[in-house]
Amino acid sequence: MSKQISDEVLLDIHRRMVRIRIFEETAGKLAEDGKIPGALHLYVGEEAVACGVMVHLSNKDWITSTHRGHGHLIAKGGEFDRMFAELFGRSTGYCKGKGGSMHVSNLDLGMLGANGIVGGGPPIAVGAGFSNKFRKTKNVSISFFGDGASNEGAFHEAANMAALYKLPVIFVCENNGYGEYTPQANHQAIVDVADRASGYGMPGVIVDGMDAVAVYEAAGEAIERARNGEGPTLLECKTYRYYDHVGVRGMGMTYRTDEEVEYWKGRDPIDMMEARLAEQGILSKKDAEAIHEEVTKQVQAGVEFAESSPMPTPESLLEDVYA
Amino acid sequence: MPQMNMIQALNSAMDIMLGRDPGVIVIGEDVGYFGGVFRTTDGLQRKYGEHRVIDAPIAEGGIIGSVIGMGVNGLRPVAEIQFADYIYPGFDQIASQLAKLRYRTAGEFCAPVTIRSPCGGGIRGGQTHSQSPEGLFTHICGIKVVMPSNPYDAKGLLISAIEDDDPVVFFEPKRIYNGPFDGDPDKPAVPWSTHPAGEVPEGYYSVPIGRAEVVRPGEDLTILCYGTMVHVAQAAARLVEADAEIIDVRTMVPLDVATLRQSVEKTGRCVIVHEATRFSGYGAELSATIQEECFYSLEAPIVRVCGWDTPYPHAFEWQYFPGQKRLVAAIEQVLEAG
Ligand SMILES: Cc1ncc(C[n+]2csc(CCOP(=O)(O)OP(=O)(O)O)c2C)c(N)n1
Ligand SMILES: [Mg+2]
Repeated sequence: MSKQISDEVLLDIHRRMVRIRIFEETAGKLAEDGKIPGALHLYVGEEAVACGVMVHLSNKDWITSTHRGHGHLIAKGGEFDRMFAELFGRSTGYCKGKGGSMHVSNLDLGMLGANGIVGGGPPIAVGAGFSNKFRKTKNVSISFFGDGASNEGAFHEAANMAALYKLPVIFVCENNGYGEYTPQANHQAIVDVADRASGYGMPGVIVDGMDAVAVYEAAGEAIERARNGEGPTLLECKTYRYYDHVGVRGMGMTYRTDEEVEYWKGRDPIDMMEARLAEQGILSKKDAEAIHEEVTKQVQAGVEFAESSPMPTPESLLEDVYA
Repeated sequence: MPQMNMIQALNSAMDIMLGRDPGVIVIGEDVGYFGGVFRTTDGLQRKYGEHRVIDAPIAEGGIIGSVIGMGVNGLRPVAEIQFADYIYPGFDQIASQLAKLRYRTAGEFCAPVTIRSPCGGGIRGGQTHSQSPEGLFTHICGIKVVMPSNPYDAKGLLISAIEDDDPVVFFEPKRIYNGPFDGDPDKPAVPWSTHPAGEVPEGYYSVPIGRAEVVRPGEDLTILCYGTMVHVAQAAARLVEADAEIIDVRTMVPLDVATLRQSVEKTGRCVIVHEATRFSGYGAELSATIQEECFYSLEAPIVRVCGWDTPYPHAFEWQYFPGQKRLVAAIEQVLEAG
């Protein structure tokens, strides 16, 4: 099946995943060193989800993101310069330093925002989907949310409305098995969040969220349905975050086993993609390494840009509250 | 006497109440197995079991709504909303249900619920992890609103809140969980063990709801404050060597009007300070109360020092936070006026 996917698309997915990985590893280190203020929720391990979905989208397709939002923005085309600048709280950041990690957004890219409020995004994606239908465009909106977020009332209200109005919305559940430090079995009585779809009258699809190609294919079907006016889909991607809920080392508390973490790392989305690309003769190991090096340099340049960027002026603190 | 930080003091209050009253339960996101993201419920589930210290899904409306039902049926639930910024999905249950239960049943039943929630800034949390929403709650009739400024009060007031037959929203200024913070982020952190209010009795005691505390007696002006600002106000008053009477309001609803009146009648001058935004903030209520109660004693216009009327920014936390500098300017303004 994957043979039908063009080499360019596979390489595109791969590069986007590498961009997320290296950005996040770097941001994590900077936060641990106290250089980036505030909390970071790293996306490492979950790259296949954002990238498998996002390669289908144009800048006119809108997404809502989560507290774990860097990966979504990068996969949507976010630039390292302005992202790091935002994390550092500089005037050159995507939100001029007012948002920070958990509230970064960019309308040009169709990224309506990371969100410090769990469950904040899905209803907004419904409205974005509604506006696309209203304006008779073929654009879709995608709401990313976690297994934990699927317990918020806002998600349920959004899912019902999207199905009721048959809107071009895809609810992408990043099921990483935990809401903060609580395993899924302790926060909901189901194993598959996709089961909830039928309750609202939309298809629910489960996919291996570590396999970018599988995500790509499943997302493609859901997005096509949406573009054709056939309504929303709930796409559940089974995935895993390698680092702690917040930051790299987090709070140093045990709530999951090393074996579990190692098991998932053994199914690393980038490794799996690189193995596939090598096997199909699309990208040699050496060429893959070259991509990592190139992206590392770009990330370093992004950090330097942010560090040398000016702080916002104190007056700008009071700007942008009202039109 | 044992030394406790605010987290340990709050933990001790819940521990004692879980032990004394089999109807007390604790519920919230990650409060059980994990012990709370701020460690406030650490060890309680191990001690009292999963049926009394309960991990909840991420569903603030569900958490708050369900504790109302528990409360009506004779339990005394203590719900934790992990950050005050997350309370809004549950706001409807507070504003439309919890607060109105006693009134609409003409006193037949109510829900003696406590909702604990860490609030406030100074931790680089940005717009959804730094808010001080107490004014939204003081505007609702039927709930009490409390904010301690030190470990001793935190424990005593939480015990009172749990025992109270009315619902209490209990805000915990998270910037001072580990030590009193005087508003200067460049100074090394000071632990509670160096502060007299870090001495907290091991056992049961309570601090009454509805009583403000004169933290520092003085003659020249009155500073009304609560939470983290109690410590910033003390530092600012020291800086200008003003003989300020500093009052920790402690419980916003019900408000201890008598203590406030006594002070301003004596000093004739008043500065009000809070982290929350200014417009329609709780300071407006304090200011109106002083004007109504002490108009003929006032020698200068009342001055408010508050958060700016914007969302809490990621950049420029210390320009946003009402620190010593802004407070000093207000103190000088009030002392020089009239
Ligand atoms: C309304 C609200 N409640 C609680 C939180 C605290 N919080 C932040 S992330 C998180 C866990 C979210 O879990 P999930 O949706 O599975 O996303 P994940 O972190 O696993 O990616 C929680 C409880 C919040 N930010 N907003
Ligand atoms: Mg999760």
